Amino acid sequence: MSHPIIHMENISKHFGNVIALNGVTFDVRPGECHCLLGDNGAGKSTFIKTMSGVHKPTGGSITFEGRPMSFDSPRDAMEAGIATVFQDLAMIPLMSVTRNFFMGREPTKGRGLFKRFDIDTANDITRAEMRRMGINLRSPEQAVGTLSGGERQTVAIARAVYFGAKVLILDEPTSALGVRQTSNVLATIDRVRSQGIGVVFISHNVRHALAVGDRFTVLNRGQTLGTATKGEITATELQDLMAGGQELAVLEGSLGGTV
Amino acid sequence: MSTDTLAKTDERIKSESLATKLMKRPELGAIGGVILVTIFFLITADRSMFTLSGIMNFMTPAAQLGILGIAAAMLMIGGEFDLSIGSMVAFAGMIFGVFTVNMGLPLILAIPLTIAFAAVLGAANGLIVIRTGLPSFIVTLAGLFVLRGASLVGLKIFTGGATQLRGVREAVASDFLTPIFSGDAFGFLFDWLAKAGVIDAFKSGAPKVPGVPVEIIWFILFALIATWVLLRTPFGNWIFATGGDALAAENSGVPVRRVKIMLFMLTATAAALVAIITVIDAGSTDARRGFMKEFEAIITAVIGGCLLTGGYGSAIGAFFGAILFGMVTIGLTYTRFDQDWFQVFLGAMLLIAVLFNNAIRKRVTGER
Ligand SMILES: Nc1ncnc2c1ncn2[C@@H]1O[C@H](COP(=O)(O)OP(=O)(O)OP(=O)(O)O)[C@@H](O)[C@H]1O
Ligand SMILES: [Mg+2]
Repeated sequence: MSHPIIHMENISKHFGNVIALNGVTFDVRPGECHCLLGDNGAGKSTFIKTMSGVHKPTGGSITFEGRPMSFDSPRDAMEAGIATVFQDLAMIPLMSVTRNFFMGREPTKGRGLFKRFDIDTANDITRAEMRRMGINLRSPEQAVGTLSGGERQTVAIARAVYFGAKVLILDEPTSALGVRQTSNVLATIDRVRSQGIGVVFISHNVRHALAVGDRFTVLNRGQTLGTATKGEITATELQDLMAGGQELAVLEGSLGGTV
Repeated sequence: MSTDTLAKTDERIKSESLATKLMKRPELGAIGGVILVTIFFLITADRSMFTLSGIMNFMTPAAQLGILGIAAAMLMIGGEFDLSIGSMVAFAGMIFGVFTVNMGLPLILAIPLTIAFAAVLGAANGLIVIRTGLPSFIVTLAGLFVLRGASLVGLKIFTGGATQLRGVREAVASDFLTPIFSGDAFGFLFDWLAKAGVIDAFKSGAPKVPGVPVEIIWFILFALIATWVLLRTPFGNWIFATGGDALAAENSGVPVRRVKIMLFMLTATAAALVAIITVIDAGSTDARRGFMKEFEAIITAVIGGCLLTGGYGSAIGAFFGAILFGMVTIGLTYTRFDQDWFQVFLGAMLLIAVLFNNAIRKRVTGER
């Protein structure tokens, strides 16, 4: 097995007297999809924010490509190669797909006073990158607001991949999506993984996680309950872990196994 | 889905006709408005409105307003307002008067100094907005009063009690830069055209319209450059992004603060440019200069297709918005209507523009 790109050891994070994370250990290897599962408030978002430079951990250590690392800002993490696609996506609906894709990192041509945004190149790249992700844009100049939720998600992912992400963090990318769009995003994750990028996939949904995940880590009340590899664990076992074990068994009877 | 998709994609591009594409452009409303108003005046106004001198007659105020309106549009696309533009015209006019008349500086110093002064004040506006997180509407509303009052007080101080500072024209008359900021351009061309009988001439042979007023040249140049910056440079992309969603832009690496501060500097320097042009033209300056121009500039931007919420708009739109404004203001004097209808017209235009922009926005984002 290859070495992890990023290794987070025993991470804790306190917000005043709230202990959001209490010793979480997690790593991502190139070309794998590592799922982070847990119930509401388990600390998933907080955890990936320490990974993407938004929060500084209160305790624990981060090793990036074998070296100890501490990110001061999301920009730092981005430059190191950690791209995060947040639930709100950081997209601007009124702007074209291309303009969103290259926002803040526009390719230019010409020099001096005539240095300009190379729209044609940008359009071509956007179209090509989106096609690589399995989406055919009507036009790269169409506004992002006209895209479906899954397509927007894909733009965000494609952008991260294009700009050289080594680790791609996706915070609940499927929670707001329909069946078909979910399967599109899951297929996209699979494509990204096959390019050697380490994917962190956060989800509530065990079935989505099992569909693409290679490893599964369950968080509960700010702590890791352990990491399992694909094939070692069943959906029911994961479900039980997420809920903290006992309560779900009771529920299961009355809901007839629908959860 | 890989090999046959190319053809499919192309076919879907074609399905968006030129007409639908045009329907999504922010400047559409303003251009349509200019056409409608032109038709209206062709029917109701005296013929002289659309002679060369009539056109210069409404284009001159349109240009003066348009320079402000285009700057206001860029700021509005960036998600902010500047209500201090009008007062800035008065303030910069006073500063310029003091530099040229009281201190006797040549234009090559007086103009850059005036512009720099305004730019610093604009940057201050921007810094306050960014640091406090207050709406720019309020911050620059304060600027509106502060600068207007400061112009009044300043004029009294520098003139020894008067509220008008005279003698600017005499002070700059022999300056080599004066022709760039005042008078008419392309005089030789108009002379030639008059001699050739293409345009109207006096009996002496001199053309009735001696040239293109320089502000019109500035106006057109500014519109072209602003459009180029907005649509064809990274900075333009940052402006749209900043106004569209500042947080998303910031997270994607757009220097949001720098963009906003530069835009506030732009509106202030545009005001200074208008001040310089109009003060040289009038030969004097007073504290009422630029009165209400902040609202007219914003109206121009909105008629030009800017959304009040930011992130959408066009400099070319503001260009036509200003022409529309100039036509309505001046055009009514060529008709038999009471000139005071002008404000009614303006309000109605503004309302129609806002409704129209809203509809366009829905079209662009595919909202239903
Ligand atoms: N900035 C903060 N200040 C104080 N408490 C916080 C802060 N951020 C998160 N918390 C707390 O930390 C805990 C974990 O929150 P987090 O957002 O990480 O949960 P989550 O696992 O992402 O949940 P969900 O599945 O609902 O998104 C919660 O109890 C939350 O109230
Ligand atoms: Mg969360």
